[in-house]
Amino acid sequence: MEYEEAKKLIVEQLTKKLKTKSKFYFNDLSKILEMKPREAKKIVNKLVEEKVLEYWSSGSTSMYGMPGTGKQAAAEHEEKE
Amino acid sequence: MAKHATPLLDQLESGPWPSFVSDLKQEAANRAKNPNNVEFQVAQDCVEDLLGILELSFKHGMTHWKHGGIVGVFGYGGGVIGRYCDQPEKFPGVAHFHTMRVAQPGGKYYTTEFLKKLCDLWEFRGSGVTNMHGSTGDIIFIGTSTPQLEEIFYELTHTFNQDLGGSGSNLRTPADCIGSSRCEYSCYDTQAICYDLTQEYQDELHRPAFPYKFKFKFDGCPNCCVASIARADISFVGNWKDDIKIDQEAVAGYIGGEFPANAGDHNGRDWGKFDIEKEVIGLCPTQCMWMDSGKLKIDNKECTRCMHCINVMPRALHIGDDRGCSMLVGAKAPILDGAQMGSLLVPFIKVEEPYDEIKEVIEGIWDWWMEEGKNRERLGELIKRQGFQKLLEATNIKPMAQHVQEPRHNPYIFWKEDEVDGGWDRDINAFRKDHLR
Repeated sequence: MEYEEAKKLIVEQLTKKLKTKSKFYFNDLSKILEMKPREAKKIVNKLVEEKVLEYWSSGSTSMYGMPGTGKQAAAEHEEKE
Repeated sequence: MAKHATPLLDQLESGPWPSFVSDLKQEAANRAKNPNNVEFQVAQDCVEDLLGILELSFKHGMTHWKHGGIVGVFGYGGGVIGRYCDQPEKFPGVAHFHTMRVAQPGGKYYTTEFLKKLCDLWEFRGSGVTNMHGSTGDIIFIGTSTPQLEEIFYELTHTFNQDLGGSGSNLRTPADCIGSSRCEYSCYDTQAICYDLTQEYQDELHRPAFPYKFKFKFDGCPNCCVASIARADISFVGNWKDDIKIDQEAVAGYIGGEFPANAGDHNGRDWGKFDIEKEVIGLCPTQCMWMDSGKLKIDNKECTRCMHCINVMPRALHIGDDRGCSMLVGAKAPILDGAQMGSLLVPFIKVEEPYDEIKEVIEGIWDWWMEEGKNRERLGELIKRQGFQKLLEATNIKPMAQHVQEPRHNPYIFWKEDEVDGGWDRDINAFRKDHLR
């Protein structure tokens, strides 16, 4: 899958799920991309680099989300809702 | 006068042990006094507020820290742990109080100059509160604000030549013992492989794509000072294949009282004359040692590398010459649901640059775990869920006696359905023709 196509797919799918959740495990992303984890990682890394996705971490677990989405971002004054 | 009254915390100082509360109060007083005229980049009274919020948590019986956050340095998905409190108005100094993990140097060797500079940096750009070392081994900086993160990262990487450590669903900062740099028991150069794998797996360390945390720990010998066998997803424990080397003259020296047992350790009281039968031979877990005409004998094939005899008589006994390590997998030490020790996967492997054989095992494990592991499932849990046999297939390692926990438990453990004629199904009527009920 080309990068642009993958980017569109991720944004589309994550936006669709925004009503119920704003943070996603890496596994969720590789399932959306229908790729093996190592292949998916290359694309996900690039999406983070381009700020299409951002990391969220509890300290023990990491998740991915789109910048500015979710309660956490608002609570942290990263972006007002 | 302290900013917040802390009667509950004060009680913690009354015990016989050093108290972190006293340390925090000391740092709070130091920041208030500021003898070095530091231009603090985060609130000067943040440590006071830290004590205040902890007191409140004790009073309420619940935490006032929120769960995680989206801070980090650009391009890194680990090393910074977002911490925000839910009482920012009462405790503005800790409204944002992020943790940073700094990779510890190999064997935790550093100069006092390096330590002082680290502390200066943290006093300037953070709370001044540190944790040396966290359970992963990292140098932990506790408490700074979001704008300081990139500044600290730049200083660390450019001035200190030091990187951030791992956190989240990453490879965590690999940890090692001092190894052959100072320890005669070390069966391989722990620092060399720890450094090599840290460099090799930078992407895994900084960009999270694992189901959960993953830890490497390197112990130079089976004394396991790093406790890798109890904590690491892959532990590397130094081992040898040939015989324990015996210096019979030195054995006689220990028996005659010429050398103190345990290299003089535990000598705070008089334990009486050294008794090799009672203190060494009788304590051997596999009873593979005996005295024969004044000479110590060891049946090496029965030795399980408990290290007791070597620890008691280090001048007389020495690790063998054919050295390498054993790889164990799947340990974890969680707070809530009980610890799990590592299971032996590779009984012996040479530890030689460029460590290709070892990397092959690691990558086989990762491929399997990344694909099959559930979210927040450690390798040890996946092994339990799918079976050790699946791990052997993933790593392309042939089953061997050392993998069997107990014999005759399940004789079909190594058979797969497609290897058996007719699979697991059978025609009961055909069977009954030859075997009456």
